[in-house]
Amino acid sequence: MLCQICGKNPASVHFTEIHDNKMSEIHVCERCAEEKGMHTPAQQHKFEIADLLAGMVDAMTHTEEERVGHVQCPRCGLPYSSFKETGRLGCGECYTAFQFQLRPLLRRIHGDTRHRGKTPKRGAVESSTRQIQRLHDELQRAVEREEFERAAGIRDQIRRLEAERQTTPPGDRA
Amino acid sequence: MNAPRTFAELFAASAPWWKGEGPHADMVLSTRIRLARNLNDVPFTHRARDEQLLGVLSSVGRATQGSRLLADGLLLKMQDCTPVERQVLVERHLVSHELGDGGRPRGIYVAPDGRISIMINEEDHLRLQALTPGFQLAEAWGLADQADDDLGGSLDYAFSDEIGYLTACPTNAGTGLRASVLIHLPALVLLEEIQRVLKSVMQVGLNVRGLYGEHSEIMGNLFQISNQTTLGRSERDSIESLERVTRQIIETEERARERMLRDARTQLEDKVWRAYGTLRYCRSIQAKEVINLCSAVRLGVAMGLEGLPPLRTVNELLVMTQPAHLQRQAGTEMSPAERNVYRARVVRERLTAAEHGPGGGPR
Repeated sequence: MLCQICGKNPASVHFTEIHDNKMSEIHVCERCAEEKGMHTPAQQHKFEIADLLAGMVDAMTHTEEERVGHVQCPRCGLPYSSFKETGRLGCGECYTAFQFQLRPLLRRIHGDTRHRGKTPKRGAVESSTRQIQRLHDELQRAVEREEFERAAGIRDQIRRLEAERQTTPPGDRA
Repeated sequence: MNAPRTFAELFAASAPWWKGEGPHADMVLSTRIRLARNLNDVPFTHRARDEQLLGVLSSVGRATQGSRLLADGLLLKMQDCTPVERQVLVERHLVSHELGDGGRPRGIYVAPDGRISIMINEEDHLRLQALTPGFQLAEAWGLADQADDDLGGSLDYAFSDEIGYLTACPTNAGTGLRASVLIHLPALVLLEEIQRVLKSVMQVGLNVRGLYGEHSEIMGNLFQISNQTTLGRSERDSIESLERVTRQIIETEERARERMLRDARTQLEDKVWRAYGTLRYCRSIQAKEVINLCSAVRLGVAMGLEGLPPLRTVNELLVMTQPAHLQRQAGTEMSPAERNVYRARVVRERLTAAEHGPGGGPR
């Protein structure tokens, strides 16, 4: 997140002010905190993460912005311009849909773009979503190789899995 | 400990971190691990429809029952809670301000032993938290990691091999991990060395959050230190660097306390006992004054002064004197002035009870 005072450096100092039992927060960078003596409490507006992300994204040129502003996530329909306003993505698929815009942003936030942590411990059964994704890839390859009989079989399998998904509650699909 | 079955039982039960146990408990109040997770098939909370969020609530509820660590806990739906009850949960750090607004199908699941909880449909579908007393990063991580594995066995998390766990805000993507310690640093504040220490903490890429009151005074000498980034480092790396830096801060604070004791023991003891006296005999007191006076008493306990209440009481006072806790306890809404009077009574009663406990009372 960016400093609320200078708007340039990443915010690493966070103040919480309590006034009449109401809490407000301010996030500033090290330099501004030092200049203000670390004793300056929050004064104004509540900080929204959107401001910071919007600030970072604004670093793009106008032509770039116009080009990517219209990109939409194919799964949830979130337009990239909306992410710019709110700082929130719409679903997991947005990470793929906006990958070219997000990669530099992730690098600025984290100094890296590659996950090095744990992976989900799924049960022995592949998740239905993953299974469908994998089958779609297979289908594509089968069509490219003109293996139409095999492609038809895969298509039926996808349909069956998708029909099952409709009857299972969300998130409950192992 | 019996698992709470209702909000009332949860309210009556004490949170594990209050006990004042665990390594360095006189300096580190609590250690927290938070993991952000989302379900693959549902849009992130702010984009999901209410019925989808209800689906997430029940899916997570069901998934907890398949885990030995989590099963048979308490699931509270925010919409079923009164505003005061929701605020109590916020004051206990079980739910965030965002979750506490209660407008949409959101909830909190508290595991039977009280150390693990899951915020459901906060900014992310799941915010899994492990909160342990004292300085116990490895233990807290162990709990969170296990609970996460258990849930991940039946829930289909939004995850990509490249970016890791996918979160609504890209600042949490990757591990989704926020590891933090809540630490009490009165000597470094009194000796005006705190800025130098905090600056070096920030230079190594950690976050520091202080509690500041009106007119810029630091409140309660409490600071929360946490990791800042979630991509490019493993959970263990992030936790180990927080652990290392926290150990250095503990040592620096210990040395500062030794110096203060050597050079100004009488003044220090005077400050501690005056703070205790005010708490013990006040008739009207604000929440922030309780926080500040408790800081002095906590320092006195750490110094080994006899006759002060145990750490447990000091920790309880910090939570039980917050506005919603007072109103829930009183069973009625109160104006700030009424709260101050009621708060003073609660503080006096708790301290009197502690004095009559084993080894209690000033000498």
